[in-house]
Amino acid sequence: MGGSGVRRRGLLAAAGTLAAGGAAPPARAQQQANVIRLGVLTDMSGPYRDPTGPGSVSCTQQAAAEMANRGFTVEILQADHQNKPDVGANIARQWYDQGVDAIVDVPTSSVALAINGIAREKNKVFLNSGAATSDLTGPACSPNTVHFTYDTFMLAKSTGAALAKAGGDTWFFVTADYAFGHALQRDTARFVEAAGGKVLGAARYPFPATTDFSAFLVQAQASRAKVLGLANAGTDTATCIKQAREFGLTRNMKVAGLLMSFMEVHSLGLPTAQGLLMTEPFYWDLNDRTRAFAERVRPRMPGQAMPAQVQAGCYGVSLHYLKAVADMGPAAAKADGRAAVARMKAMPTDDDAFGQGRVREDGRKIHPSYLFEVKAPNESRGQWDYLKVVATTPAEEAFRPVAEGGCPLVRS
Amino acid sequence: MDGIFGIPAPLLFGQLLLGLINGAFYAMLSLGLAVIFGLLNIVNMAHGALFMMGAFVAWMLLTWFGLGYWWALVLVPIIVGAFGVLLEKLFISRLYKLDHLYGLLLTFGLALVIEGLFRNQFGSSGLPYRIPPALSGSWDLDFMFLPIYRAWVVIFALVACLATWLVIEKTRLGAYLRAATENAPLVQAFGVNVPRMVTLTYGAGVGLAALGGVLAAPIYSVNPQMGSNLIIVVFAVVVIGGMGSILGAVLTGFALGVVEGLTKVFYPEASATVIFVIMVIVLLARPAGLFGRA
Repeated sequence: MGGSGVRRRGLLAAAGTLAAGGAAPPARAQQQANVIRLGVLTDMSGPYRDPTGPGSVSCTQQAAAEMANRGFTVEILQADHQNKPDVGANIARQWYDQGVDAIVDVPTSSVALAINGIAREKNKVFLNSGAATSDLTGPACSPNTVHFTYDTFMLAKSTGAALAKAGGDTWFFVTADYAFGHALQRDTARFVEAAGGKVLGAARYPFPATTDFSAFLVQAQASRAKVLGLANAGTDTATCIKQAREFGLTRNMKVAGLLMSFMEVHSLGLPTAQGLLMTEPFYWDLNDRTRAFAERVRPRMPGQAMPAQVQAGCYGVSLHYLKAVADMGPAAAKADGRAAVARMKAMPTDDDAFGQGRVREDGRKIHPSYLFEVKAPNESRGQWDYLKVVATTPAEEAFRPVAEGGCPLVRS
Repeated sequence: MDGIFGIPAPLLFGQLLLGLINGAFYAMLSLGLAVIFGLLNIVNMAHGALFMMGAFVAWMLLTWFGLGYWWALVLVPIIVGAFGVLLEKLFISRLYKLDHLYGLLLTFGLALVIEGLFRNQFGSSGLPYRIPPALSGSWDLDFMFLPIYRAWVVIFALVACLATWLVIEKTRLGAYLRAATENAPLVQAFGVNVPRMVTLTYGAGVGLAALGGVLAAPIYSVNPQMGSNLIIVVFAVVVIGGMGSILGAVLTGFALGVVEGLTKVFYPEASATVIFVIMVIVLLARPAGLFGRA
């Protein structure tokens, strides 16, 4: 009995795939044809919660609110993937099977890569904001995925190249031992070496089980490298910077937080963080549009915090997706995730957080990237005033050229 | 000649020292766990959350009341210890007659609730807490820079562990405690208020965890998950040392800190796993732990 049940379900699934998209039972389909479901899958309980998490949900809700009354309603679900690929993949399968049209955010590259495959298999949409691995638009690129906010290539190019140019020609990496850390180290090393620099060593630490980084920092110190590259994120980066200062690394080494947002600065405090260089495509105080966006979304944000880059990315990518849905009609968008993403690529993007831009053939959203320096305590004028722009990379140069990514979707 | 297994000797000494410092935290936490298990028979899964509370209460004292590090060292163990007494009175005391598993489940649940509350209130990215001025700076030891604060942590932890051991092994109060674990009704018959003693013991164990939290606040990031990252390792330490063995917990804590530190030099990817590999080996060879009585 059990065996035949499983086989029948398998056959049904296969039939569904053949029918391109799998039809829901007619009555239910009619009821739900006007509802677009966005599932925000993010880190609600771990080290990435503050720069993603509940704030990502708030920003997605903001996008939905701005796209109200377009002939469809938007429902938003949320879940915690605990930074575990298996947990995230299970939720994603369930969500897609239960009628979620697009999954939003998904920080943690290992989880994002898992969901990238599931979205493609089920012909749904994956709107990634929080993961950084550039493989999402490289070897793992998919016609069902848009990668919005940043990637390891962009971060490496901006921060890595700036430091290499300023004389930082020898590097030691402290790297989170999973897909994201590896990609960030790899992409940064490429820029360092291209600028004539050398990587003297790297320590890969277990993620997320490491609480003390002193052992790795002392190794970095002993290598006599000029730059300490932190190929990690969130609280790990904050703890590394705190302990690097404690062990006196900052006296003769430059510390490069390769993926940082002002959230980490907020947690470190300006006296510890001042002078650090970091790269972000969004900061609330960039221009009138970003300030207007931040003021609009703040009442929804947990603790009325300023939105961080990944959260703003959830707003930008959801807004653009919903515009595409409005353009092609909700029924068509729900039936074919690939077509919805194709429509997103055909339309230019425009939102207050990132300005004007576009989504490339390989799924990469492009916009300018900004190199920031953390302000000294006496330069800061208020609670969230942490960063000043020191360099801008234009949109067309900020990301890896399409031809170099190795994305199979791109025909040369 | 100039290295051990390809690692320069000075670097190795530095790593040994760092391992000892991390071992100090393991020792302080596992000491509290061992005391609680030894006397209450409760596997206190909330220990990590209470360690985290220690760091947060230190931050609150500084930010809300302007009371700095030295005040925190005195006040935090008392405040969090009192919270522990409350937990024991309200919840844990109801479980003494039941199987270990119930205590484990209850305290695990409490840990999740406490962490969740702090996460909702303070977020996950952590709060700044600076090293006190008197202990900032570092010594140049030739083979490495030793931050003065880290040296202070090792010395302070050693003193705290030694003091706890002396109280339990060498004082009349300690004798009552040990007697009560052997035969509570008999000790009660001699006129000792055993339930109150048990409550206070839990409070003291929690106070030790909170003290660890204060020590950790200036060097780790003060965030809600700081305890849950540590607690599993600390449990392994207690199991390896022998459940309930106080001396075992302290020695194993320091020793495993060193082993972990060395792993970070030779094969950093395995540094989170090495302690559990040792745990498996020890459990196979000596199921009662290195210092436990079978």
